[in-house]
Amino acid sequence: MSASAALRSFTNGWSIDQASIPLLDQDALAQVILDAVAEGQRVVALFGAQEQDAVALYVVLANDEDNLLCAARTLITGEGFASLTPHCPQVHLFEREIAEQFGLVPEGHPWLKPVRYQPSWTGRDAWGRAPGENIPPGVGDFYRLDGEEVHEVAVGPVHAGIIEPGHFRFQCLGEPVQHLEIALGYQHRGVEQAMLGGPHPRSVHYAETLAGDATVAHTTSYCQVLESLSRCQKTARSQTLRGIALELERLANHVGDLGAMAGDVGFLPTASYCGRIRGDVLNMTALLCGSRFGRGMIRPGGVGFDLDMDRCTALLIQLDAFDEDAHAAINLLWNTPSVMARFEGTGPLSRQAALELGLVGPAARASGLARDVRQDQPCGVFRFAHIPASAVDSGDVFARAYVRWLEIHQSLRFVREQLRAMPSGARQTPLGPLAPDSFVVALNEGWRGEVCHVALTDATGRFRRYKVVDASFRNWSGLAYALRGQQISDFPLCNKSFNLSYCGFDL
Amino acid sequence: MLKILQARMQQGHRTIRYPAGPAPAVPDRLRGHPVLNPGKCLEGCRACLEACPTGAVSFSEGRSGKPQLDLGRCLFCAQCADACPAKALSFSTEHRLAAQRREDLLIGSDNPRIRLAQALEPRLMKLFGRSLKLRQVSAGGCNACEADTNVLGTVGWDLGRFGIQFVAAPRHADGLLITGPVTQNMKLALEKTYDAVPEPKIVIAVGVCAISGGPYQGHAQANDGAASVVPVDLFIPGCPPHPLTILDGLLRLLGRVGKDDGDDGDGGQGK
Repeated sequence: MSASAALRSFTNGWSIDQASIPLLDQDALAQVILDAVAEGQRVVALFGAQEQDAVALYVVLANDEDNLLCAARTLITGEGFASLTPHCPQVHLFEREIAEQFGLVPEGHPWLKPVRYQPSWTGRDAWGRAPGENIPPGVGDFYRLDGEEVHEVAVGPVHAGIIEPGHFRFQCLGEPVQHLEIALGYQHRGVEQAMLGGPHPRSVHYAETLAGDATVAHTTSYCQVLESLSRCQKTARSQTLRGIALELERLANHVGDLGAMAGDVGFLPTASYCGRIRGDVLNMTALLCGSRFGRGMIRPGGVGFDLDMDRCTALLIQLDAFDEDAHAAINLLWNTPSVMARFEGTGPLSRQAALELGLVGPAARASGLARDVRQDQPCGVFRFAHIPASAVDSGDVFARAYVRWLEIHQSLRFVREQLRAMPSGARQTPLGPLAPDSFVVALNEGWRGEVCHVALTDATGRFRRYKVVDASFRNWSGLAYALRGQQISDFPLCNKSFNLSYCGFDL
Repeated sequence: MLKILQARMQQGHRTIRYPAGPAPAVPDRLRGHPVLNPGKCLEGCRACLEACPTGAVSFSEGRSGKPQLDLGRCLFCAQCADACPAKALSFSTEHRLAAQRREDLLIGSDNPRIRLAQALEPRLMKLFGRSLKLRQVSAGGCNACEADTNVLGTVGWDLGRFGIQFVAAPRHADGLLITGPVTQNMKLALEKTYDAVPEPKIVIAVGVCAISGGPYQGHAQANDGAASVVPVDLFIPGCPPHPLTILDGLLRLLGRVGKDDGDDGDGGQGK
């Protein structure tokens, strides 16, 4: 029997009745997940939700081949559940998160540590800490190597540049890093809890600031949740405008990343040009909505700002300038042997490791996994305007750089095409009441990768659980793995090649 | 090498001339300094107050009370302006928003403009006026304020020409630039970083989160801004502030701008 038979399947951004999600016993759910993953599906989310006197675990799987999502659930009535991590490494952080939020122990988890150093939501604590006990971030066991010449390097939480906080613990034998462990949680602001009982007036602002450089991706997912729950029919125009904003966000960040990677190998021409070109793209987003980060652009039912002919023309002219500047600045990278020597072979991540860790976004595509929400689980404008996934297979810093360059081409083409053929229609459609007792998953391909929002509503249509999975939650492990055997001095370069979000992870 | 030179020629010189020349144009849809027109308010109407997600709008007492806006709490989302039936509230593209005292960010019928920041006192000016080294601490910031602070270091803005630089260690710094609402999990790290900066030192809070907690105001996981932990010398509102707003705040503090914008208590309203 195929694993999918035991699951409820649905499409991205389509709300379903919670009761229609099959309730399996724990072992059956575990088997379903293992079978699905063996068949080539991947875990999009695995999370707990309080249900009367028990905690339910929900799993969302992506069947990318058939463009379907699937869900199932189980009830945990005891103190824990059998960990799946030893058989399915991509769930390792999800299980740690369930342990932290609900105090349920995933028995047999190989490295059960807190994720964000936050108190449990249920009063039950997976580590036996007393209620109200102070939980200092980054304090606890770190994986350690022993030996005469082994040394440990600790970096953070406050870093040297203008960058968010996180703690990195390197186990080194000479220059090479044997193991890197990343402890986060410093940015934890309690977004998921604050969403409970919502939507509230602040909810859309939480979405906009979940990861501030991915405002459009997160806010689009949030709005899709509401629109799906209220069966709101958005206009083609508003969906096109969202697509344009999403791709501008990608262009800005990809160009910025390529510049920063050039800076990390000491190649200043591209570093300085790209720093400025990135700003030019942010200014295009500001031309749309007044904010360089797309604040106010994505609103439930559509978009906050429309595009008139003058703005459309101005954007097309600015895109031409961007095209010319970006080509001149970025092609220098591939033509400069000293850059290529530093990019190629550094921080390699094999396809197999990326697959097992469940990586998403450009980092996955750089390791040969051609997964892209816009292609595999398309929603909004991407159902009509296809953007093929850009994949490279060497898995190194070069691959993560080059994937971005390929994606810049695709996004640029897409934005130009859309601007030249804007559909007509209103910018916003009013929302109706939200459906009660429903379940919805909204995925978008943010510039870092998959952004996933899952909402469960109660009998009155309010959120009783809101789950956010940023691409960073999936990919930080990829960075740690890519650094094995690399020189510690290459950490900044490897880190930049992933450029993950701290607050997107910490929520 | 030739390709590098060719690219250099193609890119040209892109550093803005400001403040010697005109400031770069801000987007026409920028939501900058709000404009209140309480005379237009409908009796008893509280639509703006109800629309505000962060409690930035308040009313003076009584049914005919007039609205006040706290830019230290404002997300510049303009939901108040959209909700106002009388168009008594709008957002201008005025980018100058930095203030020295928290109460200077409050606007109302008596004080239609915020009181913009003044230059540092002579003793600090002597120390920092030509060389200000800052350590940036993100304490729950979403990376938007961080990114638009970082952009000031690019060739387009070239913050270095003012002697302002972000340094890698608090011991090398003259002050901190803080973003984010100060999460519980960053409180200790922020305190330690502040303590490690030698005296005298200044603290700059960038963005609504660092001023009041922003959307995270009142969260148990955060501390409603930098001032809850350390004394703050400059507040730069916005979500995030435009780079020009941040630059204006820094230059104002160093006395590089602000002398000529009629800043005699009306916060530059004369211009």
